[in-house]
Amino acid sequence: MSDITVPPLGDYIVTPTPEVGVMKDVQTFKASPEHQRALGFPGSLPDNWQELAIKRMGELLDTQRGLRVYLDSCVKCGACTDKCQFFLGTGDANNMPVARQDLLRNVYRRYFTAAGKMFPKLVGATDLTPEVLDSWYTYFYQCSECRRCSVFCPYGIDTAEISMAGREILDAVGIGQKYTNEILGKLHKIGNNLGLPEPALRNTLEGLEEDVKDATGHDVRFPVDVVGADVLLITPSADFFAEPHIDGLIGYAKVFHQAGISWTMSSYASEAANFAMFIGNQEQMRKVALRVRDAALALKVKRIVVGECGHAWRAAYSFWNTLVGPFDFLDPRYRQPAHICEVTEDLIARGALKLDPTANDDKVVTFHDSCNVARASRMGDRPGGQFTVPRSVIKSVCHHFVDMDENTIGDKTFCCGGGGGLLTDDLLDLRVKGAMPRLQALNMVVKEQKVTHMAAICAICKSQFTKVLPYYGFEREMVISVHQLVGDAIVLGAKD
Amino acid sequence: MSAWTIGYAVLLYVALVVLVGGLSYRIAIYTMTPAPLRIPTMPAPRTRAGVAVRMAGEVGLFTSLFRGDKWAWIWSYLFHVSLLLVLLQHLRYVLNPVPWWVRIESPFGSYAAFVLVASLIGLFGRRLAVARVRFVSGPSDYLMLLLLLAIGITGGMMRFQSPVDIISLKAFILGLMYLHLQPLPAAPLILVHIALVASLMVVLPFSKLLHAPGVFFSPTRNQADRSRLEPHGPSMPHGSSSMSHEPSVAGAGGPVNAGQEKSA
Repeated sequence: MSDITVPPLGDYIVTPTPEVGVMKDVQTFKASPEHQRALGFPGSLPDNWQELAIKRMGELLDTQRGLRVYLDSCVKCGACTDKCQFFLGTGDANNMPVARQDLLRNVYRRYFTAAGKMFPKLVGATDLTPEVLDSWYTYFYQCSECRRCSVFCPYGIDTAEISMAGREILDAVGIGQKYTNEILGKLHKIGNNLGLPEPALRNTLEGLEEDVKDATGHDVRFPVDVVGADVLLITPSADFFAEPHIDGLIGYAKVFHQAGISWTMSSYASEAANFAMFIGNQEQMRKVALRVRDAALALKVKRIVVGECGHAWRAAYSFWNTLVGPFDFLDPRYRQPAHICEVTEDLIARGALKLDPTANDDKVVTFHDSCNVARASRMGDRPGGQFTVPRSVIKSVCHHFVDMDENTIGDKTFCCGGGGGLLTDDLLDLRVKGAMPRLQALNMVVKEQKVTHMAAICAICKSQFTKVLPYYGFEREMVISVHQLVGDAIVLGAKD
Repeated sequence: MSAWTIGYAVLLYVALVVLVGGLSYRIAIYTMTPAPLRIPTMPAPRTRAGVAVRMAGEVGLFTSLFRGDKWAWIWSYLFHVSLLLVLLQHLRYVLNPVPWWVRIESPFGSYAAFVLVASLIGLFGRRLAVARVRFVSGPSDYLMLLLLLAIGITGGMMRFQSPVDIISLKAFILGLMYLHLQPLPAAPLILVHIALVASLMVVLPFSKLLHAPGVFFSPTRNQADRSRLEPHGPSMPHGSSSMSHEPSVAGAGGPVNAGQEKSA
């Protein structure tokens, strides 16, 4: 993929003039019939696909108020048009959020509204042709469902909901994405996105125990399937093997170890990610989430804690209760589920962890707000805790912290460019370009404030940045887990 | 009774039925469609009262648009406020006697017509001038602005340039309301103005003007942030600021016991 043109990082982001079709050939690989059928979707495009697609759209309109309101309400004010990292990075007109929505809206108008049935040209209504279906597949898989556009929309129109509906309709006519649907198959069969079976998982974690023992001299445990443990940790499976994720996992283990909290992971629910969210399929989402509930019941735990993973935290925080709740069998004195950053922050506040921030004195750290954490969840008590809690944790373990430009953090954060099912090499061109706005802001704090590291709390962000940072001339090691910073600063064995 | 009078009476009755019927139908659909998953755009208020404040900001101040696009905010805010003032001013043509506050509002409502027309020109110009907005604009987007512009200009002309027989016009309107038809003064400006307003009423429930009721039904804006099971129990009452913290349970039996499982 050496033919990827990398956008330059200027002193500010230049909003491109929209051009038609720049990214029309960047299309993610399609799932095989076998992988489609495993999820209950047709294996390939049926003869009556058009009828099926319209029927599925009708079902979604009847069951999701948001979708209907969003398709009706847009006034084309243009406030969203310069907010999407994929438009800013590519200049493709269809990557403007409203234009992306219109791909679905125009078909909705044609088949579901009086104006579109009678005066299609006037209101831009279009028939569902094979070309339109193809444009859906191309551009709904160029959206990371990060919801940045919805922040600025006067009606809160959420393009993520539109992209999810588009992908769900595509799946209903046999067109699925290889990356997401293959992974969902693995999760249903084995319990995690990697397809890492229990023996391999145990082996990996035992190896980690040895590594930590060698590095620190302490017996920090990475327990699996311990019945009666207090805490069940649900973490993205990338934490078991990928860099820099694994250092985050070591950080969580050190936190639990030092606080004296009995904890376990589950080999049955060894995955926090819920890729079913990406394809907008609520039945799949429920099945994925159910594994967590079943594991918590089987292991008789009192609490569920979720590791560093953006969309997983959205699923846990916003959807678990609805999909597979209530979780009334857990200890009601705690937030259920809790984010690992909340647990660590509370332990630090109570003085339960002895910390030596000088361990991170070689770093100047900034923090990337992950889109799903920022705009689709919360931490702590107060609205906005999802911004303050991780920063408070970082500042407790690290002397040198600076924020990036205020228009690129908090609820205005840019997506890393790899979320929502885009973290696959067949979309690398899009991912590199979509990372530009975030890396523009990073570049400014690197130049002006000597930032050396960007901490993140999302497995996808970490993998994405590790991959795309070198394209912009940064070291891939710049991106680190928040709990790596914590783990490095914890003084093991110290007792107050 | 002239053909104009009968024709316009029918037109306005039909337009009213379409407007009320169409909007009610749409709102009924919005109300009956479930919104199973919680998707408020965070950070979101945690209570219904907080949601009411957020919604009031969206409807009264266009807070999200203000964050998103200052020019769009200026033009559309001027447009909506002046439209509101003009509509209030029109109450004097349908209420008898005219309430005191409508009398006070009237001059503001009259002169707001100039702002109304100017802001519509601003919105039209912006739609043409900004390439991104031009790209996403269809014929109906321009036509809608032109329709509103024509309504504003004809209305303004009747008020400031060539006054019409407003007394007879009011009698006609009151006649419609009390089902006792009175003659319509068939001045061209009146006929054009009313015909345009009637078409706006007919178009509204079938067009993007649905954004008006739509905003109230938008889950990203009208849902509270309370998806998660929050701690409760004797020591952690709801609403207490301490509910966030790990319970500092001293001694045995506490869920967090720093005495257990110490490192070797």
